[in-house]
Amino acid sequence: MTESTGGIDMEDEASGTIKKFAFINRKAPYGTVYALEALEVVLISAAFDQDVSLVFADDGVYQLKKGQATKAVGMKNFSPTYRALEGYDIEKLYVEKESMEARGLTADDLVVDVEVLGAAELADLLEEQDVVLSF
Amino acid sequence: MQMLHIVNKSPLDRSTLDSALRMAKPGSTILLIEDGIYAVTKGNKAESAIREAMKTVSISALWPDLEARGMQDAVIDGVKQVDYSGFVDLVADSSSVMSWL
Repeated sequence: MTESTGGIDMEDEASGTIKKFAFINRKAPYGTVYALEALEVVLISAAFDQDVSLVFADDGVYQLKKGQATKAVGMKNFSPTYRALEGYDIEKLYVEKESMEARGLTADDLVVDVEVLGAAELADLLEEQDVVLSF
Repeated sequence: MQMLHIVNKSPLDRSTLDSALRMAKPGSTILLIEDGIYAVTKGNKAESAIREAMKTVSISALWPDLEARGMQDAVIDGVKQVDYSGFVDLVADSSSVMSWL
């Protein structure tokens, strides 16, 4: 079953339907609230035992940068949460290669282990999803 | 001191840095804050434009924003780092201020 938008209706939940969800993160952390909001929704979806993939592209790659220290700006540093996702059985994390390279970053600069995919591979991954949510 | 231009958006998300670079006259200052700081990090697509601008314009970045984003060790050489009181000094010492929102 394929839907362009939507979530889990009560009947699906009761019958234990598992859908493939992809969350696309495209914004840098802290400048806007998108990154933090996406993380909240991802954690909620985990509670419903869905098949979740997280994609980091464009400035979203910056969400995973190591060494974030937010004391001086007075905001919550939520980057350690990405490392806790494994504990919620969210283990499919993907970073777009082109986005990473345009920002001078490598996989070693990131707080979690990710699978680095090219845009074409990422397009295939999105095609397979039941629900795609963009932040 | 001449004009101060403030840029707070990522150069890969918005074109406000390009606009500021186009309008900044020699001797003026461009201050990068919030997501704008990514422009002054090594390997970013904006690096060459920043290096070119540094020949005539003073480039500063707010270090609390660099540190929040984990970019404190990636700053391009020659970029001045200021704290909040340094930010205030820049504003107070400038003839006028433009925020490129």
